[in-house]
Amino acid sequence: MATRLPIKPAPHLRDELTTQKIMLLVMAALVPAAMSGIIRFGWRAAFLMVFCIAVSMGTEGICRMLMKREQTIQDGSAALTGLLLALNLPVTLPLWAAGVGCVFAIAVVKQLFGGLGQNFANPAITARVFLMLSLTSDMTNWILPRGKTLYFGYDAVSAATPLVNTDVSLQDLFWGAHGGCIGETCVAALLFGGMFLIFLGLVSPAIPGAYLGSFALCVLVYSGGDFHEMFYQLMAGGLMLGAFFMATDYVTSPVTTLGRILFGIGCGVLTFLIRYFGSFPEGVSLAILLMDILTPYLDRLTMPRPFGAAGKGDAA
Amino acid sequence: MRKLSGVRLPHAKDTAAKPFTALPVPEKVLIPMSMHMGAPCTPTVKLRQTVTVGETIGTSEAAFSADIHASVSGTVTAIPDYRLPNGNVCKAVEITSDGQQTPFPDITVPSYTDRAGFLAALRRSGAVGMGGAGLPAHIKLDPKQKIDQLLVNAAECEPYITADDRIMQEHPLTILAGIRRIMDVLDIPECAIGVEENKPEALRVLHEAAEKDPAITLVPLPPVYPQGAEKVLIYHITGRIVPAGKLPADVGVLVMNVTSIYFLETYFTTGMPLVSRGVTVDGEAVKAPQSLIVPIGTPVRCLLEAAGYEEEKVARLIAGGPMMGQSLPSADVPVTKTMNAVLALGPAPERRTTACIRCGRCLRACPLRLCPTELEKAYERRDAARLKELEIGLCMLCGCCSYVCPANRPLAESHALAKAFVRKEGQ
Repeated sequence: MATRLPIKPAPHLRDELTTQKIMLLVMAALVPAAMSGIIRFGWRAAFLMVFCIAVSMGTEGICRMLMKREQTIQDGSAALTGLLLALNLPVTLPLWAAGVGCVFAIAVVKQLFGGLGQNFANPAITARVFLMLSLTSDMTNWILPRGKTLYFGYDAVSAATPLVNTDVSLQDLFWGAHGGCIGETCVAALLFGGMFLIFLGLVSPAIPGAYLGSFALCVLVYSGGDFHEMFYQLMAGGLMLGAFFMATDYVTSPVTTLGRILFGIGCGVLTFLIRYFGSFPEGVSLAILLMDILTPYLDRLTMPRPFGAAGKGDAA
Repeated sequence: MRKLSGVRLPHAKDTAAKPFTALPVPEKVLIPMSMHMGAPCTPTVKLRQTVTVGETIGTSEAAFSADIHASVSGTVTAIPDYRLPNGNVCKAVEITSDGQQTPFPDITVPSYTDRAGFLAALRRSGAVGMGGAGLPAHIKLDPKQKIDQLLVNAAECEPYITADDRIMQEHPLTILAGIRRIMDVLDIPECAIGVEENKPEALRVLHEAAEKDPAITLVPLPPVYPQGAEKVLIYHITGRIVPAGKLPADVGVLVMNVTSIYFLETYFTTGMPLVSRGVTVDGEAVKAPQSLIVPIGTPVRCLLEAAGYEEEKVARLIAGGPMMGQSLPSADVPVTKTMNAVLALGPAPERRTTACIRCGRCLRACPLRLCPTELEKAYERRDAARLKELEIGLCMLCGCCSYVCPANRPLAESHALAKAFVRKEGQ
C-alpha cells in the first residue's frame, strides 16, 4: 500500500455495463437478422455488411483525427451504425453508394454534430433516407430470394417489396422469404434479436411496444378489423427492424418512459399515414426520422417531477 | 404505495454472522475535534495531561456541537492541527495509552426528570448520528414540531457494512429499551423499525423483542439501495413526502439510526460517553473480514491489521460504504464517531469514459426522480438557474446515477460540485 492513497469521489463501486458492451450486444442481437439476410440474399449481403462496418469505422476514425478529438472508434457505435445501415440496403446496391451512405451517416449526421450522443437523428436512418431520396431506383432494386433454400449469388430478377406486391403469404413474411432490404425481411430473426435486447434490459419495451401497438391499431381500425391486413402490414417492410433497432436508438429517442411511449405512438401513427396515404410505399424510416427530431421536446414535456420538489404539493 | 427507485447492489455482507470483538487498545489514538455536524470542539486538555476513559477532552460553546471524550486512558502527547479526509482542518488530541483503560472516576448514571434534563445529559454524552451524518443527538431529539412517529433507520443499505446488523443481532433488548426511552421522553406514540430484508437474523431477534410492545412495529424493506436514505425510508414506511428544504420533523417523523439508539441507551444505563463504536472491516484486500469494537481515534491501520489485510493489494481505503463512503488518504486516519466501516479495496477497474449516450439509466435509478444527465450538462455550463430548476438541492449524492452509467460519467461527483456551486452563487 502506498503511504498516500488517492482520494476518489464516491461512489467507489460501478456497474459492469459500458457503452462499448451495449454497442456490441446490440450488434449481437442483429446477428440473426444478418444471418437471415446472408442466407436469403447470398454472400454479397455479408460483403456489404463488412464493407459498411469498415467504411463507417474508418470515417469515424478519420473525422476524430481531423477534429483532433479523442479517438472513439473502439466504442462500437460506428460499427453498429455501419451494420444497421447495411441491413437497410438492398443487396444489389452498388458499393460506392453504400460507401457514400456510411460516410454521410458518420461524417455528416454524427460527427458534424459532435459525435456520439450529440446527433439529433439516427445516423443509419438518416443515411437510408438520404440514399432513398438521391438514388431511388438503386435503393428499390429488390431481388427475390430463391425460395426458402440456401442461395449463393443472385440473379437480376427484380421483385417488388411485399408492400408493393401484396401477394406474399404471412408465413413467408415471418421467415423472410420475400424481397426487401438485407436485414428487414426475416421477422422471426428480428423478433428474436429484439426480445434478446429487452430481456437484457438494454432496450425498454416502451418504444417497440407503443410503435407496433399503435401502428397495428391504426391499420385495424382503417381496414375495418382485417386481422390479415394487420399482420401483413406489421411484418412487411422495415417495420420490425425499425421498431426494435432503429427507433430504440438511445441517443435519438426520449429518456423518460412516458416520452418513449409517446415517441413510439408517434412513429406508429406516422408510419401508418405514410404507408396508406403518402407517395412512398414505406414509411418507417421517415416516421422515425421525424420523431427523432421531436425527441428533445418529448423529453422536456415528460421530465419527471423530482420527489418532494418545492411548492408543488404531493408527488407520486 | 409506489416505491422509489434505486439500484440493486451486490450485498457482500461478509460479516453478518461475525460477532463483534474488541480490538486491543492501540498504543496511540488521535481524536479529531470535528467528528460531527456543527461547530468543531476546542480541546479542554493540555499537553502531558493524564486522561481517563470517558473524560471530556473537547467541548464547544455552540449549541450545535457534540462533546468529545478520551477513548483510552493515558497521557496527552500532542494537540496538532489535523486535516480531515474531507479537506477541512481542525484540532486533534493525541493520547498515548497506558494500556489500563481506567474509567473516568466522575462517571455517573445520568438522571433526568424532564425533556430538558434528558437533552442536557445527552449533550454531555457526545452522542451523534452514528449512521454517517453525525448530527448531534441532542439537536435531533429536540424537534420544535409535533412528532407522531419515531423511525429507526436500520436499513444499512450499503454493501459490506454490517455494523448496525451486528448491534441488532447482539443487543435487541437494549435497542428496544432505547426506543422506549425516546418515545417516553419525547411523547411519541408510535415507532417503526425499518430493516432491509437481507438481514433475516436481525429481523428475527428484533421481532421477538418487539412483540410485547404494540406501539413498535418492524418493517422489512426491499434490499434496494438507498433504502436507508432518510427521505426514501420515510416514504417507504409512512408514505409521507419530505418536501425540498424541509426536515423529517416537518412531516411529523423523527428518524434515528439504530446504532445511535443503542449507544443512547447504554449511556443512560452506564453513564459512559461515546468513546468507542462498532466498525465493519472488509474489502477485497482483507483476508478475514471483522466486526470490531474500536476506541474512537484508533488509526485505521490497526483495524486492517486485525483483519489480516494484504498491504500490497490495497489501492483504495474507504471509510463507510462503497457508494457514499469517504476515500481515505492513508491508513493513519483515525476512526471517528460516524465511521461504520473501513473497506480496503483493490484498484478500481479500468473503465473508459464516453460521451453520454442518453440511455436514461440514471433517470430510472435516481430515487428522487432527478435527471442526473441534465444536471451534469447544466453544471458544465455553470448554469445556476437551470440547476435550481432541476432541483439540484434535492440530490443526496447517493451515487446511484454514477453506479449505473455505462458511459462512466462522474455524475454524482458533478452533482456534489454543482451543489457547492449553486450555494456559492446564491450568496
